[in-house]
Amino acid sequence: MTAPAAAYGKALDLITRVRGVRGAMLVSAEDGIVVAEQLMEGIKGPAVSALAASVATRLRRAMEAAGVGASLFWHLQAEHGALLVVPTPGGTLVVAVAEPDVNVGLVRLELLRAAEVVG
Amino acid sequence: MADEIKTLSSQLAQDPDSLVFLRLGELLRQKGQLDTAHRVAVTGLERHPHLPDAHDLYARILADKHDYERAFDEWDMALRIAPDHVGALKGLAFLYFKVGDVQQAAAHLEAAQRVAPDDPGVAQALAIARGEGAAAEPEPIAPAAQPIEEARVFAGLEGAQEGLLLLDASGRVLGGALKDPAGRDVTEAVAAYLAGVSQEAARTVKLLGLGKWTGLAAEGHLGHVHLAPPSSDALLLVVRDRAVPMGRLAIIAQRAALAARRWLEAHA
Repeated sequence: MTAPAAAYGKALDLITRVRGVRGAMLVSAEDGIVVAEQLMEGIKGPAVSALAASVATRLRRAMEAAGVGASLFWHLQAEHGALLVVPTPGGTLVVAVAEPDVNVGLVRLELLRAAEVVG
Repeated sequence: MADEIKTLSSQLAQDPDSLVFLRLGELLRQKGQLDTAHRVAVTGLERHPHLPDAHDLYARILADKHDYERAFDEWDMALRIAPDHVGALKGLAFLYFKVGDVQQAAAHLEAAQRVAPDDPGVAQALAIARGEGAAAEPEPIAPAAQPIEEARVFAGLEGAQEGLLLLDASGRVLGGALKDPAGRDVTEAVAAYLAGVSQEAARTVKLLGLGKWTGLAAEGHLGHVHLAPPSSDALLLVVRDRAVPMGRLAIIAQRAALAARRWLEAHA
């Protein structure tokens, strides 16, 4: 991770200001530890981050084995919401937890912008 | 060996917190008493959850039982606790080699060799991984990993033999096939990496209170991927190049999931 800690809050602000986003996290892809978070009350950040990191690792390996390269963005869809993730080159996952009717395209853009800030 | 097992069992009974379970579990494993070794390792892990050697022991037993997915997780856990753990590095190298990822296998063995330069087993395995030793074709990930009546699962669907895959919860291929952009068959390797994804996706959305997971769409540098759960214990994978928009991919996945669901119901 290359950005100073103060930049993390700015990166998360980019995401959480999108309507329908319930929270955002920066997660270490290697060990699933939360680096920074802005989550609504009740969301179990550490548990979710550990699982998201594990899914990200399996997905990256599978995608590389399939020859489509590492993931740039992934979107876990569920009945009542979604988890949206952009991995950064520096080994951080930029994660958003969103309502089901969120504008996925907009969240994706802000996740990518946040990923640039985080590095 | 039998005497030593008896002695160690007695010691462990007297002092359940003792670390003799490591030696006992390993001896039982070597003797082929895998169920007993499994029980010893699990009990030991319950008492020593942060001991990397305990995860290493458990992983070796799981690997002997051909439970490669959980063995991977245990060796991965050992490395998280102790990044230089030679046993875990060798174990992961073994699993990577089994799925044909020779590059990762060699990387793990090189890491093991940096930690234990005098370990002849590491040097020998590294030579094989680099193609310097005796020819050693990686074994398939599991004997049961042969596609079952694959043609019927996705019959008539586009990409049935190069971009659609149906797996069970343990990563066993039930149907379809996958080829990389160069035309190489990567079915087994991808299946092995995806083992457990469905359960993790389900646990993630459950923790978030989002109900059931319905799909996972991912953009790659060279292509797109869509995962879907046609049933609670199966996983569908659709892979296409980047020219296929994500929305189109979702539609293909919906059709394939429907076909998979019918096939699974018919073969239940």
